[in-house]
Amino acid sequence: MTIAEAIDVSRSYGAVRAVDRVSMRVEAGDTVALLGPNGAGKTTLINLLTGIRRPGSGRVTMCGGDPRDPRSRRWLGVTPQETGLPETLRVREVVAFVAAHFPDPVPTGELLDRFGLGDVAGRQAGGLSGGQKRRLAVALAFVGRPRIVVLDEPTTGLDVQARRSLWDGIRAFHDEGGTVLLSSHNLEEAEALARRVVVLGGGRVLTDDVVGTVRDMIGTRRVSLTVADLPGDLPTVVSRERVDGRTHLLTTDADALVRVLVQRRVGFTDLEVRPASLEEAFLALTNAPAG
Amino acid sequence: MSLTLVHARYQLLETLRIPIAVIGTTFFPAVSMLFFVVPFAGDDPVSATYATASMVTFAVMISNLFQYGVGVSEDRARPWDPYMRTLPVGPGPRLAGRTIAGLAMMVLSLLPVLLIAALFTTATVSPAGLVAALGALLVVAVPFTLMGMTIGYALPSKAALAVTQIIFLPLAFGGGLLSAPGDAPRFVEIVAPFLPTRGAVELMWTAVGDFRPDPTALVSLGVWTVTLGALAAWTYRRDEGRRFS
Repeated sequence: MTIAEAIDVSRSYGAVRAVDRVSMRVEAGDTVALLGPNGAGKTTLINLLTGIRRPGSGRVTMCGGDPRDPRSRRWLGVTPQETGLPETLRVREVVAFVAAHFPDPVPTGELLDRFGLGDVAGRQAGGLSGGQKRRLAVALAFVGRPRIVVLDEPTTGLDVQARRSLWDGIRAFHDEGGTVLLSSHNLEEAEALARRVVVLGGGRVLTDDVVGTVRDMIGTRRVSLTVADLPGDLPTVVSRERVDGRTHLLTTDADALVRVLVQRRVGFTDLEVRPASLEEAFLALTNAPAG
Repeated sequence: MSLTLVHARYQLLETLRIPIAVIGTTFFPAVSMLFFVVPFAGDDPVSATYATASMVTFAVMISNLFQYGVGVSEDRARPWDPYMRTLPVGPGPRLAGRTIAGLAMMVLSLLPVLLIAALFTTATVSPAGLVAALGALLVVAVPFTLMGMTIGYALPSKAALAVTQIIFLPLAFGGGLLSAPGDAPRFVEIVAPFLPTRGAVELMWTAVGDFRPDPTALVSLGVWTVTLGALAAWTYRRDEGRRFS
């Protein structure tokens, strides 16, 4: 059963096409990550799916209806990307305010304990630490016992421990049958939480596949070396550039590449291998010939 | 209905937690009362009553223009506002809740005006006049609420603040709020009937005294109200939070 869907959706801001003819579907019970660098269109797509913005063309559905209709949002829980809680309200008031919109909300105390916020229930939201604000924002998505939660970069700005505990909470929700759609620019987060990954770049869907396939595709390494003369037909290399006498190669298999360099007796020095950033991987993916 | 009250309650809670904001709304009408009414009309019951009614109208206008014009536009700039659009609630309860909170804050801003009128002037009002004035107050609040909402939903917060500050004084002066009935400068008497402030203040004068309102001013108040209602609805619907281009 499809719980959320975008059908050939576009949305522009002025001259910029933030989302460009995107089609994607979230099945009930699935966990889907929208992955892409900043400006890829993740937040815009989420805003369209949650009813915050209206598509310029195409159609979106949420729980079987138009997300701009309040009834379609009855089973939807959302975490905003930016932390913008009403500063003067106390934590428990913020939760109670959101809970008032749902027929059978999770009791405030129980929810706050689940997200480790029980101790700060009486504090004003403006006085929370960055991590606490982020956790409260994520907790708000779960107040109404939703069937689907949409989390826009849920763990941005959290330390490792807080991130892991939030991941556990999101996994527990999925284990009970909940659907998760999250955005991230972090491959590790997508691997930890999602079964399926939709890669966005420049407002378009670049790839839509299970997480393992996408990881192999964009889990690239950057091999840097100083070399006078490099053969043109190196295997596994998706891009190459030369900056200040250093050559940088993006490769899907650094081991195989280095083996070939050695076998062919390429005279390199200062070899350096490190994981490529997601941005670099996306560049390689978008520049790679189609097919 | 219950969601309306929830939105009203939290809106008020947010505002009241910042005491200076409360003082801000009550300050202007109270000071105007002290500067423009007490020294000039304090001893004459009729003119003191009319002048107090004018200041009440002034307070209603300022309170609603600033609350909605500046308040709505500031709210739209915060990420909390788009988040609220993802909750299963339509625009009705949100707008109604905001309006109830706005009325409560408006009443708060009127208290100093009425207190000063009672203590330092000879303004009087009969019980029937007071009831009529309360009714007029509710009618008069509507166009200024809608005007504020139109500004708030149409403009970013800095522009909304500027526009509100620019229009409120001409509206007050041009509508004859700062002069006694029939005593305004000539050009004011000419433009006044076509400003919403004139119809508003004439309703208040009629409620508290022996005043016959000008039909033109009342009709134009109605036209303003309907037009601003349509504009507010239109700007609300096309709004998607703050825009960047």
